[in-house]
Order: sequence, then C-alpha cells, then structure tokens
Amino acid sequence: MPSGSIFARLPEPDRRPVTLFFEGEPVGALQGDSVAAALLAAGKLTFRATPVGGAPRGPYCMMGVCFECLLEIDGVANRQGCMVQAADGMRVSRMLGARGLADSNGPAR
Amino acid sequence: MKRSAPLVIVGAGPAGLAAAKTALDHGLPAVLLDEQPAAGGQIYRGVGEAGEGRRKVLGADYAKGADLLRVLADKGLDYRPGAEVWEMTREREIFFTRQGAVERLAADQLILCTGAIERPMPFPGWTLPGVMTCGAAQILLKTAGVYPRQDIVLAGSGPLLLLLATQLLATGAKIAALVETTPSENYKAALPYLPAALQAPDYIFKGLGFIRDLKRAGVPWHKSARELEALGDNAVLGLRFRDAAGIREVACGALLLHQGVVPNVQISRSLRLEHLWDPLQRCWRPKLDDWGLSEIPGVAVAGDGGGIVGAKASEAQGGLAALGALRRLGELDTAARDAKARSLQKDFRREVAPRRFLDALYRPSGAFLRPSDETIACRCEEVTAGRIREFVALGCLGPNQAKAFGRSGMGPCQGRVCGLLVSEIMADARGVSPDEVGYYRIRPPIKPVTLGEMASMAED
Ligand SMILES: Cc1cc2nc3c(=O)[nH]c(=O)nc-3n(C[C@H](O)[C@H](O)[C@H](O)COP(=O)(O)OP(=O)(O)OC[C@H]3O[C@@H](n4cnc5c(N)ncnc54)[C@H](O)[C@@H]3O)c2cc1C
Ligand code: FES
Repeated sequence: MPSGSIFARLPEPDRRPVTLFFEGEPVGALQGDSVAAALLAAGKLTFRATPVGGAPRGPYCMMGVCFECLLEIDGVANRQGCMVQAADGMRVSRMLGARGLADSNGPAR
Repeated sequence: MKRSAPLVIVGAGPAGLAAAKTALDHGLPAVLLDEQPAAGGQIYRGVGEAGEGRRKVLGADYAKGADLLRVLADKGLDYRPGAEVWEMTREREIFFTRQGAVERLAADQLILCTGAIERPMPFPGWTLPGVMTCGAAQILLKTAGVYPRQDIVLAGSGPLLLLLATQLLATGAKIAALVETTPSENYKAALPYLPAALQAPDYIFKGLGFIRDLKRAGVPWHKSARELEALGDNAVLGLRFRDAAGIREVACGALLLHQGVVPNVQISRSLRLEHLWDPLQRCWRPKLDDWGLSEIPGVAVAGDGGGIVGAKASEAQGGLAALGALRRLGELDTAARDAKARSLQKDFRREVAPRRFLDALYRPSGAFLRPSDETIACRCEEVTAGRIREFVALGCLGPNQAKAFGRSGMGPCQGRVCGLLVSEIMADARGVSPDEVGYYRIRPPIKPVTLGEMASMAED
C-alpha cells in the first residue's frame, strides 16, 4: 500500500495485479477495480478541476450518478472513472478546467 | 443479435432479478440489461465475485444476495452486463451502449428496475475531494475490497450510515466520529409509527444491533448535529458542526455522507411518465398501479425506482411486475396471476411495515433540503443555493427556466444530483410545494454516448 493513502485493501491474494498510468506515473491496482477505485486506493483523490472555478473534485457517488470522476482514459476525454474497469497499461489523466467540457467527447447533447 | 423480445428488464438488482426469475419460472424468456459489469444492484453489488473476506466484513445480509444470482444460470435468460441504457421511447424501443457499440431492442413488455440513488447532502465544502457518500464507500468495499482505514468521519442520517459504520469497524478501520444529523424532533414524530414497524421487528432489531456495536467499539457519536462545514482547500481536512455542546471540529481525511435514498427517475422522467410528489419521503416517484404498470401500455416500474421500499420489498415488486407482464402477454389468465400474486403481496406488506417509521425518523433536516446561500447546489455548473434564490427573485418560476437563468442542471450529470435541491429551494423561495414548481425535463441521451458509438449503430 503506497504511503499517504487513507485507503487500504482487504487482503485478496487471488486477484490479478494490473498497472495503469496516472499522469504518467505507474499505479498498481487489482483486476476488478474500477479506475476510480484503483486511483482512490493509491491515494489519488483529485480527478478533475471544474471548468468554471477550477476547483478540485473527486469521486462522490461511485455509481455513475455525479460525474465528478471524469477522467481522460486512453485518449478519450470525459469518461466516468467509476464506470470503467482498470486494465493493464491504461493511460489515465485528470480533466482540468474548461478543456474538459469544451473538447466535448462527452454527452452528445 | 435479436432486435426484439417479449420481455426486457432494465436493472439487475433485487427487483430486476426477481422479475427475471418469475418470468422464467413461467417459461417466458427475458432480456436483462444492467450497466454494471456484475449483477446484484446496489445492495448486492459484487456479491458474485466477493471472496470470503469481503463477505465477512459486509455481513450476512449481503452474502445472502448470492441466492438471487442463481437465475443468471437459466438458459432462458439473455443477461447483458455492461449495457448502459441511454434512451427509451414510449413505443418501448431501448437504446444502449455495450462494449463501445450501440445496440437497440424493441420490447413487448418492459420492466424498469433502475433502483435508487443517494439523496444529495449539501453544505459548504461538500464538493471537496475526500468527501463522498456512504454508498460510494460501500461500493468501494463491495466491488474492490477498498476502504478508508483511519481519520474517517461519517455524517448524516439513516440506516445506511449506521450499517456502513459497522462494516468499516469490521475491516479494522478507525472511525474518528459519527456525526448524526437526525433532528431531535424526528424521534417524537416517528413514535406513532413504531407499532406498525414492529410487524417486521427484524429491521428494528438490526438497527439496535448496529447501535450496540458502535457504542461497544467506543466510536465518538455526536447527535442532532447542524451547521455542517467541510474544511480544507484541495481535499477535506475536517468537519466543523454544531451540537448541543457548541461548535466542534473533527479532523478527517475521508468524510462519508448519507441522507437516505430517493428513486432514480432518470428513465421514467425521460419517458414523461406522470410523477407524484411524496411529501414524507420528499421526492417524486412515477405513478403506478398494483402491478407496477405506468400509464404507458407495457411499461412497468418495480423496486426503489418506483418509490423507496427497500431491497426485500423491491424483490416482491419485481415478481409482481413480472406476473403483470405475463398476464398482459396472455401467458397467464387473471385468476392464475392473482393466485400467484398472493404470497408476494403478503411479503410486500410485511417488508414495508417499517417504512413510515423509518421515513419519519430519518426525514432529512430542512438544512439539507434547502441549503444555505453559500452552499453549492448544482455541483457541475457550480451554482449556489443563493443564486437559485436570486433567480426566483428575478421571476424564475421553475427548474427548467433556472437552466436559462444560470445553467443549473445543464452539466454532465443532467441534474441527477441537484434536481431535488433546485425544486425544493425554488418551492421554498416561492412559498409553494415542490410539486408546483416541478422538476427538470430530462431528455435523452440520459448517459453519455460518443459520436463513434452512435456511428456503430448506423453501420449495423
Ligand atoms: C449506493 C447504495 C448502497 C446501498 N446499500 C444498501 C445496503 O447495504 N443495504 C440495504 O438494505 N440497502 C442498501 N441500499 C438500498 C438498496 O439498494 C435498495 O433498497 C435496493 O437495492 C433496491 O433494489 P432495486 O432492484 O430496486 O434497485 P438496485 O439494487 O439499485 O438496482 C438497480 C440496477 O439498475 C442498474 N441501472 C440503473 N440505471 C441504469 C441504466 N440507465 N442502464 C442500465 N442499468 C441501469 C444499476 O446498475 C443497478 O444494478 C443502497 C442504496 C444505494 C443507492
Ligand atoms: S463518482 Fe459519481 S459518477 Fe463516478
């Protein structure tokens, strides 16, 4: 468990380790984690900055409701980190400010 | 891939799984869609994959959910996990994305079992990283075996707050404080409903068991807390609140909130079903008959999505909705349907016996329904409650107009989180009932769909 995380894991030795890259830095996770769960477990609480005020935000609901967990995943912007399964080699980065919603790969509305 | 089906069920929680089982028991094949990678719904999230350790921490009620998953092995069931439903039409056509491609299905009968979401719990600082719902913490535990280990504050009201606290204790985590916001007058208001609640005494005994365990563990417990404020700049560092002893501050790295659950009405609203305001539960639910049928022929709703009833009653409703669909498809006659329904109706009545007691006891305090001016109400667009009150002063009459005044409800969550808040704040400011100001108009797609995914539909 990386130091600095307030989150811990139950011992589950049967789960396969996977490594994803968050802002270029390797993050160890386990098969079955959502991307959001993997990042939280590694102590990464901030996923995005708001387009209007630039305020830091992170997962609030973990069930696809709040859209606070928006990330860029493998080049696709505005994906819900709590709804995507972590996979080996995945490249993940924060959605910062206006770029996020202006670039709209998001809700087609 | 099949393009039509006699029965499509959306949502693989207790209601959807029970509906599927009833249909299959009567020889009717069913399609079951759920956006999650595994079945179980919110209460039994991940139960099929959870190892011994997780099941032990989450408790016997959770582990029992595995029984409901047996229906997934039935050959007549076409279960499609990872299917995000983003549009449904009144003609019962369903559009969803699965593995990056759009699929569509036409259904003769449709049962919506999309469950509940947590009621928002707004106060200054509730948007800071490290502040999340109790349900979110449970989902972390249920699906990933991840939990906050120390410096945890749980704040709010309701059975799930106490349940999560005991589950966290079972992991060995250290809880810094349990800050209950249940208004003291609720205890008196709930008392008249206690005799009815005792018809299903296990709920009350379970609650008393949680309280005993938490006291025994010596968790610092603050009651009737108000004036909450989360402290910190880049992430939460503490919670300030007022209780009988005055203003207090507790340091924390994880602040877990709960204020009960409300129906997830995203699909039923997008179908423009009639919704009724429930003044006790302070939320809307679609108008349904005894079989969960809405005003659209062939569209039924079962479980918490039709009004909060709890997991066991949701299961009974799923069975009843399936019997209704079987009758409408001509697979059962009225007498057979009614005969089969009797035991489910009895189960339902028993399981909802404690509902009014729980609703009255855990009714949210007004401060969370109509937060202070400086509190952010719409998290996506960063619109404060005070701004919404200003819109009303400028002549804005309801939530849809408020979108034009200041973008509330227009962010990526499409008003899922702020919908009830904006209606309550505007109703209060205008001195009318939320029913009069109404709710956001919800338009499809109700989930993000990319142009690439749309293109996949044109190709197929
Ligand atoms: C986060 C959370 C945690 C809870 N934990 C507990 C608990 O520990 N104990 C307890 O007694 N009660 C708990 N509850 C309440 C409990 O979840 C409900 O009473 C019960 O699950 C209701 O069953 P249901 O079948 O109606 O809905 P749910 O169990 O909520 O199932 C709904 C299903 O619909 C799916 N769905 C929703 N929208 C879509 C869509 N657009 N496309 C595809 N699929 C969709 C969801 O993925 C979900 O699997 C919890 C509620 C929440 C919100
Ligand atoms: S954390 Fe709420 S949508 Fe992902």
